[in-house]
Amino acid sequence: MLTQTSFQGKLNKTEDLFIPFIEAGDPTPEVTIDLALKLQEAGADILELGIPYSDPLADGPTIQRAAKRALDNGMSLQQAIELIPDMRANGLEIPVVVFTYYNPVLRIGEEKFFKLLEEHGAEGVLIPDLPHEESESVRELALKHDIEYISLVAPNSEERIQKIASEARGFLYCVSTLGVTGGENQLSSEVTDFIQKVKEHSPVPVAVGFGISTNEDVQMIRQHADGVIIGSKIIRLVEAEVENLKDDSKRHEALNRFYENVRELVE
Amino acid sequence: MEQVYPDQQGRYGDFGGKYVPETLMAPLQELEEALDEAMADREFIAEYHGVLEKYAGRPTALTYADKVTEILGGAKIYLKREDLLHTGAHKLNNAIGQALLAKRMGKQKIIAETGAGQHGVASATVAAKFGLECKVFMGEEDIRRQEPNVFRMKMLGAEVIPVSSGRGTLKDATNEAIRYWVANCEDTFYLIGSVVGPHPYPRMVRDFQRIIGDESKRQFLEGEPTLPDYIYACVGGGSNAIGMFHPFLEDDVELVGVEAAGKGVDTEEHAATLTKGDRGVIHGSLTFLLQDEHGQITEPYSISAGLDYPGIGPEHAYLFDSKQVRYEAVTDEEAMDALKLLTETEGIIPAVESAHALAQAFKEAKDMSADKTILINLSGRGDKDLATIMNHFKGEE
Repeated sequence: MLTQTSFQGKLNKTEDLFIPFIEAGDPTPEVTIDLALKLQEAGADILELGIPYSDPLADGPTIQRAAKRALDNGMSLQQAIELIPDMRANGLEIPVVVFTYYNPVLRIGEEKFFKLLEEHGAEGVLIPDLPHEESESVRELALKHDIEYISLVAPNSEERIQKIASEARGFLYCVSTLGVTGGENQLSSEVTDFIQKVKEHSPVPVAVGFGISTNEDVQMIRQHADGVIIGSKIIRLVEAEVENLKDDSKRHEALNRFYENVRELVE
Repeated sequence: MEQVYPDQQGRYGDFGGKYVPETLMAPLQELEEALDEAMADREFIAEYHGVLEKYAGRPTALTYADKVTEILGGAKIYLKREDLLHTGAHKLNNAIGQALLAKRMGKQKIIAETGAGQHGVASATVAAKFGLECKVFMGEEDIRRQEPNVFRMKMLGAEVIPVSSGRGTLKDATNEAIRYWVANCEDTFYLIGSVVGPHPYPRMVRDFQRIIGDESKRQFLEGEPTLPDYIYACVGGGSNAIGMFHPFLEDDVELVGVEAAGKGVDTEEHAATLTKGDRGVIHGSLTFLLQDEHGQITEPYSISAGLDYPGIGPEHAYLFDSKQVRYEAVTDEEAMDALKLLTETEGIIPAVESAHALAQAFKEAKDMSADKTILINLSGRGDKDLATIMNHFKGEE
């Protein structure tokens, strides 16, 4: 049994975490590497690397579009994982959490999946359509391969919160609102009560995601949680530059604008 | 021995389960508790049967198809006439059950997904009848293929929400309905139309459709000394087939599920999930599905919008895996030929979906001896398919 997981070894702090999400292969594999590095430069503490999927049930239109762009370029689960060593070679030091739906994992095989993650230097995995009850074998494999299995809790998890939170690894993903990613968010006082309740039971940092799109949202979440997860908003920033990012002569400028926009969002 | 599955986790052997975002775990739990309570309540069951009888027109007839039997010259062919049910297909059995449950749970809003539009029409119908607000998610391609049903839904007061993602068919409509439900689960009941989705949906839909098999069993023995030797039903998600098969699972009857082979199972264009698919998760359930080497769900194809689905109910996956039911696949062409034969000999225009079951049954009946009996579930009528049928036979006149 390890005293410290690779995830913990790479994580520099346990509060005020900024956890951005990007989709592997959106718009190209090379740009995904550049974006990961820019996000680290902009203060990211953990990178969520999304695997594009044909039927992303938990995602709204923004991430669906990102998935489509990536799939149209032929991105797959294995190829996405293989990007991680390239990110590392270019200076990425923060932990990488692979975000994937369950079917591609089943297809490649659970054992092989975790072996790939370990071999390619991923530190965590998040499977949004694998609730606690269905995830036992996957959690065991994750432990064996030194990969943190990131769990989610939702505002309506109620009595499940204690069970899920107390067994949480890496960080605990708090879904701020009922709905899919990228929706309108009203961060009500109910959310802060919910976060408080989750924090009472969680041995790991508690981060909040879903619908966080403005600097005000970020400031508000910071007051209550240990971290903020930003997905759709980051994807929209990528989307705004998508043609420039694909163009060798314009990529550098586009990445700098992306960096500035991310800074504005989280500073 | 009946009802040994699903187990507590909603498993049919390896299949089924609840592969959903955490946000849906609470509403699924709420649904399961309400369902178990309702199914154990005699008044609820009586109300359900009352509506089926007085409103929907049950029992539906069992018809001896003497002409087609004579032409094929083999086994005696019987048809279970779900095409005679109000709204024209078996879908209403389930929609009534779930709408009554929604009301009992105090949910005033229902949502549904639809492919051919039959489940959408059934949902819009029960919404009108029971005073519920109804939204139906439907792929844009299906809206084009099934225009009359879109009009019927709107007349019945439902809002039809076009879904443009993917190829705009049932899979995509189901994704969108699930996404909507995640955000609105507090006041909205998701009325799933087939034996698919996370537990307890496959069990619930089966239990609201098994009336087809229960009735058939009784009716068949009124005319014949023994149960049928064979029973055929078409399978997309698989609700009419499970409804028909389930009461016969312990009997000495050969059950045959018929999938859509589209342009052929050796082409890219088919919806033959069990014949050509692999294990995987779709719409919250572990089952068989059509997918590529990377686990991306692929787009199915069938001339029939109701069979155009890349997954299949988990109970079918189990019955296939445990070899309790035989599954076959028939092409668009074979189905349309069977549709024509039934229309011309029996004066019944079947739905293109049901024509798949007919095609397989006719193929096998020919080679059977005259003392064999077969039962085909005629799951719906073909009025909704007239444009498809006209288009298919164009130039033959």
